[in-house]
Amino acid sequence: MLAQVATFAIDGVDPRPVWVEVDIRPGLPTFTIVGLGDAAVRESRDRVRSAVLNSGFEFPQRRITANLAPAFLRKVGPGFDTALALALLAASGQVPVEALARYAVYGELSLSGELRDSPGALAVAEGAHRAGLERLIVPHERAREAALVEGIEIAAVASLRAAADVISGRESPRPPAVSPATVANARAGHDLSDVRGHEVPLLALQIAAAGGHSLLLEGAPGTGKTMLARRLPSILPELTRAQAIEVTRIHSVAGAHAGGLISSRPFRAPHHTISAAGLVGGGSPPRPGEATLAHHGVLFLDELSEFQRTSLDALRQPVEDGHVTIVRGQRVLELPTRFMLVAASNPCPCGYAGVGDRCECGEADLRRHRRRLSGPLLDRMDLLVTVERPGEHELRAPPLTTSAHARERVLAARERQRDRLAGTGAACNAEMDARLAGRYIRLDRPGELALGSAYERNHLSARGRHRVMRVARTVADLDGRDRVSAADVLMAVGLRQRDQAESALAA
Amino acid sequence: MIVGAETDTCAASGRACESCLRRSWLVARLGAQLDFARRRGRDLPLVLDLPDRELIAAIAGATKATVVREYDDFEAAVARAQCRAAGVETLCRCDPGYPRRLAAAPGSPAVLHVAGGRDRFVALAAGDAVSIVGARRGSPYGLEVARSLGRGLGAAGVTVVSGMALGIDSAAHAGTLETAGATIAVLPVGAERPYPASKRALYGRIIRSGVAVSELPPGSESRRWSFPARNRVIAGLSAMTVVVEAGERSGSLITAAVAEDLGRELGAVPGRVTSTLSAGTNDLLARGATVVRHAGDVLDAVFGVGVRTLPGSPRSKPVRAGLRELLDAVGAGCDTLGALVGPARSVEQALTGLAELELDGRVRRDAGGRYVVIMNA
Repeated sequence: MLAQVATFAIDGVDPRPVWVEVDIRPGLPTFTIVGLGDAAVRESRDRVRSAVLNSGFEFPQRRITANLAPAFLRKVGPGFDTALALALLAASGQVPVEALARYAVYGELSLSGELRDSPGALAVAEGAHRAGLERLIVPHERAREAALVEGIEIAAVASLRAAADVISGRESPRPPAVSPATVANARAGHDLSDVRGHEVPLLALQIAAAGGHSLLLEGAPGTGKTMLARRLPSILPELTRAQAIEVTRIHSVAGAHAGGLISSRPFRAPHHTISAAGLVGGGSPPRPGEATLAHHGVLFLDELSEFQRTSLDALRQPVEDGHVTIVRGQRVLELPTRFMLVAASNPCPCGYAGVGDRCECGEADLRRHRRRLSGPLLDRMDLLVTVERPGEHELRAPPLTTSAHARERVLAARERQRDRLAGTGAACNAEMDARLAGRYIRLDRPGELALGSAYERNHLSARGRHRVMRVARTVADLDGRDRVSAADVLMAVGLRQRDQAESALAA
Repeated sequence: MIVGAETDTCAASGRACESCLRRSWLVARLGAQLDFARRRGRDLPLVLDLPDRELIAAIAGATKATVVREYDDFEAAVARAQCRAAGVETLCRCDPGYPRRLAAAPGSPAVLHVAGGRDRFVALAAGDAVSIVGARRGSPYGLEVARSLGRGLGAAGVTVVSGMALGIDSAAHAGTLETAGATIAVLPVGAERPYPASKRALYGRIIRSGVAVSELPPGSESRRWSFPARNRVIAGLSAMTVVVEAGERSGSLITAAVAEDLGRELGAVPGRVTSTLSAGTNDLLARGATVVRHAGDVLDAVFGVGVRTLPGSPRSKPVRAGLRELLDAVGAGCDTLGALVGPARSVEQALTGLAELELDGRVRRDAGGRYVVIMNA
């Protein structure tokens, strides 16, 4: 007899429907699984056999063939166990075949017949909803996550026996007791009110947050570069629900998260030894990298000069396009990577340039350091700010601002940008291309003169000029002004990161 | 080999004579032995002043017989061919074009190998030349001063001599090249190649309007002794030597000592007493060296007070009133944003002010967010 049930394979971060078909025929007892499964899928045979027997069902002593369709899609991992077991039970008449067709099933089995926690349930729920299925069976640990998708009934079960009972109608599916509540707000830990001094970096952080500009923090060891970067998410706008679900799905697929909705913006700080594949995603099967995990959040590269050149070069496409394309065999995979880039670096190899006379680096050391740093990625950084050690009186003084206050300014500035850029495809100033910048950035007369003379006198490259315009626009937005003034332009010039062309002009 | 007309009497032919070429070959040949002799405490200029045979006897040691044989077999034509192949011209001590000032120094090189044109070198070295030397690891302050001295002297038509080393030396060359001035780089290796190699671009710019010279034949590698030897050539070529920044054991102090021995003007740029990089220069000043604050001080020392003045600065616009104070603060050592922001000045004021000064070409942002005042001239 033949039975089939729907389940899902995770391809990158997207669900792909997979039909599990089981056919039982008379013959010598065998159990084969076809359909391009990996080692975990092959081992699934033994888990399914034990789970079926240990749940008090009968394991048919006949010729069993299971197929995972479509056959061209590579199936990875143990998430197909439950679907295989239920299809087998249906094919052997222990579970009604017609009832099973209404369900999508997802989860790994233990030998005792329990459903084990499996990553990616949110993606599966979205896939099931899209495929028009009415109900989804998931391990109960994942119920809260799967329940975030509206319009599908979630049956959270603990064991194969319970799943079979739900399908045969002996037990009504227990809706997960969730308010799609948010996960404990990670933001609570990091607030700008913890910061003492650092007036210039705080300003740069707000500009970066308001306009979505990338930021390079430069400073001696221990001055607080990482501390400041960690507080950037606390002044960014809240995730919208759609964004939050996207972030939750990505983190769930990566196995980095279990439970409800992630509501705070991700902050990813990969170690500098990370490979290119680890940073932008890849491997076989392709997995999302840090750039994708930082989607809608902040990607922080500490000790930028220590990263491998290949890793940083790989970041170019994600930064420019907001997604990364991975080609594996005949498969093309697109992963979202819309993050804010923040990096930190020492100003020189010894780290103490700019701190009294402590720096001992010569011209050659500095040149080597610049060469390590500079590159296509650095050329795309909008802001450069030096983080200095706060003075003693600053440490004793009250904090200069709080995250709540800074966030208010940022939100107001973003609001202005949204109104101005409505319908252009850009959401913030940093996303404006040259054409949009030319159309939407209005400089007043002195501002135009200041920018013009800076360009004329070779202080700016063509790209640098646009960058200064965009940042100046953000400075004016933070102040709530429609026109960009000369002071805004000068502020942007003072905080600009020189690109290679400009460093060459200055040398 | 038949040498024929190429023998001796170099004067008119514009080529180095055979005996000078042989001497030059010998000095390069004895490179290792010179290092050894120096390590044993022998005075380099004195050793280099010895006649050929005595020099061999004094330092060749166990290799003496070999060196003598090679010395006797020396072919000037081979050396000339090598120079031609490397694109280097020669100028020997017997030539009337040999720099007069250098000839006066004891142990001056027999042959100068010139990249960038022998005639140009003769003209530059006969004119006014001042050397600017200093530490390889110059501070932003030192580099800026060296650059501005190079700029000022270049604009005044004075040839700047230095060693093209990293740091101060290169900054001095680069400053001169910003003007119409010419500059001479004295190298511790053969003149045909940039040393250090990272200064390839600077080398190319130097020999476009000036020259690179070396006492060593093409293809010679650097040795420990070739650096102090190069320093004596720098001092010998110049009417005045200015040390911009030097630690207590800096090689530029050797240049200063040679200049002093030759009775040339010696100047030094004052630095902070707490800075180890200025220990050597402040020491020179304490012992009576001329205080050099800007190119004008150098011109006064070389030509007499007020005889030559700096050409008018191209900068016409005075600093805006509100910025004067900021510029002074940067010059006084409050040179980072953190130090400049305070009760009297908001972040916005400091940032926009510094940006305006930067665009105006009055300050430069350096490593570590430190602002450096660009000196006038």
